[in-house]
Amino acid sequence: MSILTVENLSVDIPLAGGVLHPVRDISFSVEAGKTLAIVGESGCGKSLTSLAIMELLPTAATRSATRLDFAGQSLLSLSERRMSDIRGDRMSMIFQDPMTSLNPAYPIGDQLEESLLRHRKVTRREARDRAVYLLEKVGITAAESRLGQYPHQLSGGLRQRVMIAMGLMCGPELIIADEPTTALDVTIQAQILLLLADLQKEFGMALILITHDLGVVARVADRVAVMYAGQIVETGTAEQVFREPTHPYTRGLLECIPIPGKTAPGSPLGSIPGIVPSLIGELHGCSFRDRCELAHEACAVPEIIPMRELDARRGYRCVLDPRSMAGEIAEAGLQ
Amino acid sequence: MSAVIAEKEPVTALETVDVRKTYHVGRGIFSGGRALHAVNGVSLRVQEGSVLGLVGESGCGKTTLAKMLLGLETPTSGEIRVLGEAVGSFDRKRMARRVQPIFQDPYSSLNPRKSISSIISLPLRVHGLGDRAEVARRVAEIMELVGLPRRMAECYPSQLSGGQRQRVAVARALIMKPEVVICDEPTSALDVSVQAQILNLLQDLRTELGLTYIVISHNLAVVEHIATEVAVMYLGRIVERADTRTLFRDPKHPYTKALLASVLTPEPGLGVPDTRLGLAFPNPVDPPSGCTFHPRCAEVLEKCPREAPQMRVVDRTEVECHLYN
Amino acid sequence: MAVTHTDSRLPSAEEILEPSPAAKLRRRMLGHVGITLGGGVFLVIVAMALLAPWIAPHDPYLQDLAHRLIPPIWHEKGTWEHVLGTDQFGRDYLSRIIYGARISLLIGIAAMLISGIIGTAMGVVAGYFGGRIDMAITFVITTRLAMPVILIALAVVALIGSSLQIVILVLGFLIWDRFAVVMRSATQQVRNLDYVAAAQAAGCSTLRIILTEIMPNVVNSLIVVATVEVAHAVILEAALSFLGLGVQPPLPSWGLMISEGKGLMFFLPWVIAIPGTALFLLILSVNMLGDGMRDVTAPENRN
Repeated sequence: MSILTVENLSVDIPLAGGVLHPVRDISFSVEAGKTLAIVGESGCGKSLTSLAIMELLPTAATRSATRLDFAGQSLLSLSERRMSDIRGDRMSMIFQDPMTSLNPAYPIGDQLEESLLRHRKVTRREARDRAVYLLEKVGITAAESRLGQYPHQLSGGLRQRVMIAMGLMCGPELIIADEPTTALDVTIQAQILLLLADLQKEFGMALILITHDLGVVARVADRVAVMYAGQIVETGTAEQVFREPTHPYTRGLLECIPIPGKTAPGSPLGSIPGIVPSLIGELHGCSFRDRCELAHEACAVPEIIPMRELDARRGYRCVLDPRSMAGEIAEAGLQ
Repeated sequence: MSAVIAEKEPVTALETVDVRKTYHVGRGIFSGGRALHAVNGVSLRVQEGSVLGLVGESGCGKTTLAKMLLGLETPTSGEIRVLGEAVGSFDRKRMARRVQPIFQDPYSSLNPRKSISSIISLPLRVHGLGDRAEVARRVAEIMELVGLPRRMAECYPSQLSGGQRQRVAVARALIMKPEVVICDEPTSALDVSVQAQILNLLQDLRTELGLTYIVISHNLAVVEHIATEVAVMYLGRIVERADTRTLFRDPKHPYTKALLASVLTPEPGLGVPDTRLGLAFPNPVDPPSGCTFHPRCAEVLEKCPREAPQMRVVDRTEVECHLYN
Repeated sequence: MAVTHTDSRLPSAEEILEPSPAAKLRRRMLGHVGITLGGGVFLVIVAMALLAPWIAPHDPYLQDLAHRLIPPIWHEKGTWEHVLGTDQFGRDYLSRIIYGARISLLIGIAAMLISGIIGTAMGVVAGYFGGRIDMAITFVITTRLAMPVILIALAVVALIGSSLQIVILVLGFLIWDRFAVVMRSATQQVRNLDYVAAAQAAGCSTLRIILTEIMPNVVNSLIVVATVEVAHAVILEAALSFLGLGVQPPLPSWGLMISEGKGLMFFLPWVIAIPGTALFLLILSVNMLGDGMRDVTAPENRN
């Protein structure tokens, strides 16, 4: 039932100072009609992951994976031509900044129609009708009259809705949305997220939501994958990850966020000291060890720390097992 | 005016009296252009030592207001007073010693061609405060205060992370020991883990140095955490103002309610609330009549499109809404 | 006092990847073919110009009518006495080429400096202040762009007469448009960045902001335009001299040498080919240098 299965996906980029490993052995899957959120801070590799799946990486980058299946078909050995047939048609992407992802030189009607005409043998008239239908679905009134408008004539929220409509033109089975609401005002963000959820239910699409906003993830996602330094460090349902965060990084992140009504105003917020380590060259042990309060010698071993399975599809990447983790936390006086 | 905020011996750090700023858009050689009332009559009083959270979405005028408070723009009309003294036009240098900014984007708020020590010491050098040795000493002192390692003094911004750059911005703002610090979205461009560090830093410095903050933010969770009072702006006017607790517990204006409803806390299972705001996005050059919020208001009354509401005090809150007239 | 130090044992990405801007620039420059090759040729020409009195084998003005039009060394009739031959007045060609470098470089650089100052000042002021000032300056730039440079130069020179100084001044006052346009655009990009606002908020005067905050960040564009305009000025001077309205004989301007030799174009092609090649090499090297500077500085600006 999974529409996308990814196993051991890695991205390498050779640089002047060595080889950069921004994505390291990522494995996850998305079910049809469900939402997976990949959440992490800047530099964790989440955007590159989505580009790697769509085969849109910069030329210098190389992708490798043991498995990359979309709707039962392997994407690993597809030619560029076959891949571009799938892109936009059955798997589409929504980007962060609608001003730079919509071409300012063409009216939105043209851009919408082009997505459909590229993949299906339909007439201009049919493409236009579909564009109008989708624009209205995303909540843009008087859609027909808007087709001739240019992106700069629309507000940020409207542009993002156009991007969503564009992503839906061919009725994809999977949408990858990279920070779709980060550039928008909070009230518009809420509207767009509700819209995405409705459309998902109506069209039965799967959604991969990539974001750094934990609030959005908690409210919108079915399953969550937390990324840090190119690896997935915790997976589970939203309920599991947010109610019982296990990996020290996830715990640390949640302690950083003030919650009105729950966090005492004026009290110092939890923080994660230090900065993300370099991902160039040979990497070993736990990448989080320099910033983790529970770190000890076992964290600096030569091997990469494997994911520890707590449950079916619930895991975290740490040397400590759940019981000793609880012990250490109590000892360190946290919580 | 502010019977709402009653403290013993309140000293007003900063005050604005019906401040307005109007721009003319679409101006050519022959046409005058149309008027954009970015700030449309804002009267504020900020007490020393408090933190005023100024919230609102894009186009509400908060950035323009911040620029006027910093002396970067002159008000079209109205007055700004810092510690009781009225600020005349282009009195930038005097303002600079009293009011300093921290900007949102740590990548564009530091000159990429200057070293960190040069960036931080700029205010001192501009005002001729101290010789070279004294300046160096004060730079080292402030860098320690904000948590920057000494060796960074000769580095360049491109060599620092986002959080470190924001600390440099804080150091620069505080080196002249101002009274008021205007923080324009100080943490929005930072990662969550770094946001917390900067917020903690700002809070510590406030108590240690006795600062007054005006924090402009669209992130209500952050505002609730560090602000002592909150003012909500919409299309150039303040539509609601109260101390933080009151505003969050009992919001009065429908826009405030929608804003609070939009705050997505990391609590699973609560879903995304419907703010009932509709899509009628206002055009600031051609604002709606009467109460400018009425096209999007879920609780609109008959008189709202006709008449602009007056400010009323309701239950420790100042609010501009016909629901409370 | 919760002050968190941001050091980490694992080296951060920034520490590995980011040397200082100056170090980065140096590294890029030396690796770029356009800069090393173009720069190298240009430096040779500059050296030639500076060392002219010591390396020129003869006096470039000395006429020797008994030995006119001796072909260069690669012809059978050539001699080592005159490696590049002599012109129709018997003057040594090699010496004239060497001294000609002085004229081309002098005019190119001087005109570039004059136009650079005028154009940069206009562009930066227009970009910084915006509004009506920008409109007025843009109007002046547009007017200037509407004028054909060569014809204006010819007209002025025809009225006032021509000499080295006049050519420099005329060119300097005519070719500032690219400086103005590019610097205006570069200034606009920098103008609205937060660090300019921070400097204003710190109480910096406008002049100080322009000089210390804006200029260092637009100087990359300035250098690129400067190299292009040197080439531009050199070509214009050659054209003017060719038309008889630039530098006056007997000065060994390369353009003048081409003009003087045009009658012999089909019989003794080397008379034109040699100064033509010299011009070509100078302009090519300057352009390569300019292109290289642009390549090298552009990606750095896009953070």
